[in-house]
Amino acid sequence: MLDIQNMSVHLDHKTIVDGVTFHVDENDFFMLVGPNGAGKSTLIKAIMRIYSYKGRVLLNGRDISTIRPKALASLVGVLAQEHQPRFPHTVYEVVSLGRYAHMRGLFGMLSQKDRDKIDEALTITGMDHMADQSVLTLSGGELQRAYLAQLLAQDPGLLILDEPANHLDIKYQITLFDIIKKWSKARGKAVLAVVHDLNTAFCYGTRALLMHEGRVYSQGKVSQVLTRDNLKAVYSVDVAQWMTDLMKHWG
Amino acid sequence: MPDTGGRLSESTWGLWIYPLSVILFAGVLFIAVSLGSVQVSLSDTWNILLKYLFGKGDMTEIQSGTETIIAMVRLPRVLLAAMTGGALSLAGAVMQSLLKNPLADGSTLGVSSGGALGAVLSIVLGIRLSFFPELGLTLSSIAFSFLSLIFILTLTYKIDNSLSTNTIILTGVIFSMLAGSITSLLVVLSGDSLKQVVFWSMGSFSGKGWNHVILMAPVFLIGSLVIIAFSKELNAFSLGEEQARYIGVDTKTVKMALLVLTAVLIGVSVSVSGTIGFVGLVIPHITRMITGSDHRKLLPASLIMGGIFMVLTDLLSRTLLSPEEFPVGVVTSFTGAVIFIVIFYRYNNRSARKY
Repeated sequence: MLDIQNMSVHLDHKTIVDGVTFHVDENDFFMLVGPNGAGKSTLIKAIMRIYSYKGRVLLNGRDISTIRPKALASLVGVLAQEHQPRFPHTVYEVVSLGRYAHMRGLFGMLSQKDRDKIDEALTITGMDHMADQSVLTLSGGELQRAYLAQLLAQDPGLLILDEPANHLDIKYQITLFDIIKKWSKARGKAVLAVVHDLNTAFCYGTRALLMHEGRVYSQGKVSQVLTRDNLKAVYSVDVAQWMTDLMKHWG
Repeated sequence: MPDTGGRLSESTWGLWIYPLSVILFAGVLFIAVSLGSVQVSLSDTWNILLKYLFGKGDMTEIQSGTETIIAMVRLPRVLLAAMTGGALSLAGAVMQSLLKNPLADGSTLGVSSGGALGAVLSIVLGIRLSFFPELGLTLSSIAFSFLSLIFILTLTYKIDNSLSTNTIILTGVIFSMLAGSITSLLVVLSGDSLKQVVFWSMGSFSGKGWNHVILMAPVFLIGSLVIIAFSKELNAFSLGEEQARYIGVDTKTVKMALLVLTAVLIGVSVSVSGTIGFVGLVIPHITRMITGSDHRKLLPASLIMGGIFMVLTDLLSRTLLSPEEFPVGVVTSFTGAVIFIVIFYRYNNRSARKY
């Protein structure tokens, strides 16, 4: 599905991503973890060609830089970490923009298939009763679900999530990942997710890549990557000790 | 009718806005043509227009001078005001979406001032095309509008990558002042009267005739249609440029095309009527309250509302102190400034509540 070969990204003369290689398969829920500044989000943005990169990115065997934006969007979709709406679009308008890559014709008339996809996405994310509400009135959790609905309506083969739960409380966080896991599994979609929360990475991921200072520190099965020693080395705190203390407190 | 996917978001207002506003528009045009410092009755106006446009009005009881006033002076002036209002409103709506900022507009960003500088420069340097004297000035105005737009955006990006409102507005204000002062200096140095300075800084439709209408109409019609054809891309841009990219918009190409179109509309408006401030800020803002943010509805409605607004302000500017006139920019800037404060206030308070 997605092949990253020796990717490096330089921003303002600094190396943010340094020779990263990995592979995301169909049906993978691939977790990209690492401390702040490890280069995870930059890597995602480089894949989406917001930043330029060195190395090769192949999507289904094809160089991603040769794929036109519209075609790319029907293959890969992104859920960004935060959204700051400034215009009173309705939830329905935002979600229906997910069909942009599939639309034909000048004025963006929605086909029956488009409408079905939009309605389905609204139902799955539980946003159907808010479809006509202005996005300016939504809470952070509702807003993120509206954008998730847009991504599901876009219906790409690969979902890229860029720290999607950063601003959400734990309930929304779990709901969000539950929805994505269920949706992607049922349809055989691949997921590449940047996450901060190691629990989330462990619970939902099939494979993981631990990044440190722009490089790959470890990658493989989640259980092999998120080991006590790896985390201690990368985060320079004893994550395991910290978690154990919390578990002890809960009994 | 624009597609809304069978949702209720199409309010009664949304459905009726087009026929209503078109009728209102026609009515306003007609009344604006008949009113002025010389009294002409509505029936006489009707007959003159019929005669002039379709060649079959009853002209028996109409003085000969009246026909000239209606057909050669007021009609082109009113048409010009309508097109300028529509063009500036569309340009404003486009910039607001591209920058994801409801305060963006040709005047707040300083694009109009840049266009005026271009126009004055072409006068001073004597750039004139022999076959169409006004064209050189218009082209120069369009070119400078485009360069200003690119310059301001580049500068804003360099100063503040997140394109915050404060940076955009400050850059715009500074650039406006810079371009405005150079323009005034050029006008004075070239020996033109101070009245010209007022024209380029406040705008006016005084003394404009059919040659200006012929110059502006094709540019306006084509530019507006192409912009409206970009409605769904503008919807995407109003969620932010990155998001637009993620859902498949070819952001670089589309953005460049829209910037050129915006500059063309502003440039041509400025070249015929000077810099008329805040129209592109006020009209899309008010229209959005009625139609919502979907550009498929917002753009056509803004176009018509902008036309109505400008024809009315022009009417006010030439009748209020009749027979004296004052620049239309006085009225638009006054209303614009008030609405600007309201948007700015609400906007900043909203961000404060959320974070």
